[in-house]
Amino acid sequence: MASTLAEKIIAHASGRERVRPGEIVTAAIDLLMMHDSGGPRRVASRLDTLGAKVWDPSRVVVVSDHFVPAVDIEGAEILALTRRWARANGVRHYDAVGICHVVLQEHGHIQPGMFCVGGDSHSPSGGAFGAFMMGVGSTDITGALVTGDIWLTVPQTVRVNWSGELSAGVSAKDIMLFLCAKLGMGNENQAFEYDGSAVRKMSMSERMTLCNMSAELGAATGIVTADAATLRALELAGRPFAGDIAQWQSDPDATCLAVHHFDANTLEPQIAAPHSPANSRAASSYERIAIDQAYIGACTGAKLDDLHMAAEVLKGRKVARNTRLLIAPASTEMTAQAAADGTLQILTEAGAILLPTGCGACPGMGAGIVAAGEVCLATTARNFKGRMGSPDSLVYLGSPYSVAAGAVKGEICDPRELLMETV
Amino acid sequence: MNVRGRAFVFGDKIDTDLLAPGPYMRSPIKVLASHCLEAIDPNFASEVQPGDIIIAGDSFGIGSSREQAVQALAQLGVGALLAKSFARIFYRNALNLGMPALVCPELEASRGDDVEVRAAEGIVINHTSGHQFRCEKMPAELLEIVAMGGLMPWLERKLARERA
Repeated sequence: MASTLAEKIIAHASGRERVRPGEIVTAAIDLLMMHDSGGPRRVASRLDTLGAKVWDPSRVVVVSDHFVPAVDIEGAEILALTRRWARANGVRHYDAVGICHVVLQEHGHIQPGMFCVGGDSHSPSGGAFGAFMMGVGSTDITGALVTGDIWLTVPQTVRVNWSGELSAGVSAKDIMLFLCAKLGMGNENQAFEYDGSAVRKMSMSERMTLCNMSAELGAATGIVTADAATLRALELAGRPFAGDIAQWQSDPDATCLAVHHFDANTLEPQIAAPHSPANSRAASSYERIAIDQAYIGACTGAKLDDLHMAAEVLKGRKVARNTRLLIAPASTEMTAQAAADGTLQILTEAGAILLPTGCGACPGMGAGIVAAGEVCLATTARNFKGRMGSPDSLVYLGSPYSVAAGAVKGEICDPRELLMETV
Repeated sequence: MNVRGRAFVFGDKIDTDLLAPGPYMRSPIKVLASHCLEAIDPNFASEVQPGDIIIAGDSFGIGSSREQAVQALAQLGVGALLAKSFARIFYRNALNLGMPALVCPELEASRGDDVEVRAAEGIVINHTSGHQFRCEKMPAELLEIVAMGGLMPWLERKLARERA
């Protein structure tokens, strides 16, 4: 019987020959990730109450990224507790070196065919490596830590094919903003499988952006079948894949809920208006919306590729007089790479303020919070009302190209206008 | 598992940042709860009383995995959540914290209506309008978690059995 990739991974993890959408199954967890906001702070006392221990510390990774660096005593205490707990439980802890989804990828923790659970809604990012990774809350994480498994409803698979090639100035972020508008945010209990020539040409970082924002579609997860690029990335991370990737792909005749075909060649840069990623439309259709703050940050918008996109626009240009540009790279490793290849110099010479790595302003917890009435154009994943600060602020979403171009012009624009000009 | 209270009615896609705003995420749950839904309804936290019922449109709880979105509602005493559909993680969080969450696509109610939820039967009665509505039945294994008061009591029982 034919199965989709998501079904194959879930069947394997739940010790079944095969599974079918809608079934509730219990799956064994290959890797569990949690961060400082929903992790030890929430689970430590619950495990004590239960008198239970972590089922397998070698399969658990903790990443401190939400409250880093601490800006008040509450945040500092949360980070201290996270450190103490990780040490006491013998769990791998990445402390303030980057955003959890990115750090997992940099260290090769996610491998094709794995069934992974993350204590963060953007955990589908792991799907970029051909794994099934879903986000859950901290009580679920507690249960998973105790038992090593978790129940889930087997999702329906939705296939999204992007043929052709993305034009200059258009990126994975534009694909996802377009899909949020096209398919809405109510795709619960669906696994989105991305494919097509445009996806195959993408870097792992761009594939992560696709899978990451599956959370905005409301989906259970997003996934890209592992290929040569995946294997190369895992080798570079020092954890080459030992299995056979041919085992981890959808059967061609597997049943899907829907198959969508889009042409990457015709996709324009997209901008989402407040207060939902689903309010997206072509950047060229916006008229003169002045920007107070441009923010390049978050798991879905400040990876090395994202910084390169911003630099492409900002090279030789300056941030507009009444606009501030904040950049929070997604990891210290990526900051170092961007320093080494000259990207940081381009960004800072343009007038960008460089912020510490971490989730920062995206979840409204770090530097870069916006005031009432202010307009922010950001590379972050979501722009819900009050998320980045005042409920009366307005957050627009765009690709790193679009945010950098907005910072230069001081207003929302199509980044291709700048990319085509010579400085 | 029956809950009866006044209805607080909201629209589609009420997200976790409305329920548990980021800027208050470092704060104790009592403080966070006082800001629950304030961006769209500044009076909600002060008006809601124990046993009151939230009625919403589709994708209720979309967004973050932050469990405080449910905890804030529980802290304010909300007794049950009824929606046309729930965001996946939020739905899990509600059940895990023992909060009844029922999918009721046909439900009609206005703010302040006297509403009764019979979770086990999958029925909602609007005593103000006199109408009764069917909800989607929760799978038995999930209803069991809610009926026990959430995943923690469920885990306690599981561990006790294993140790016995």
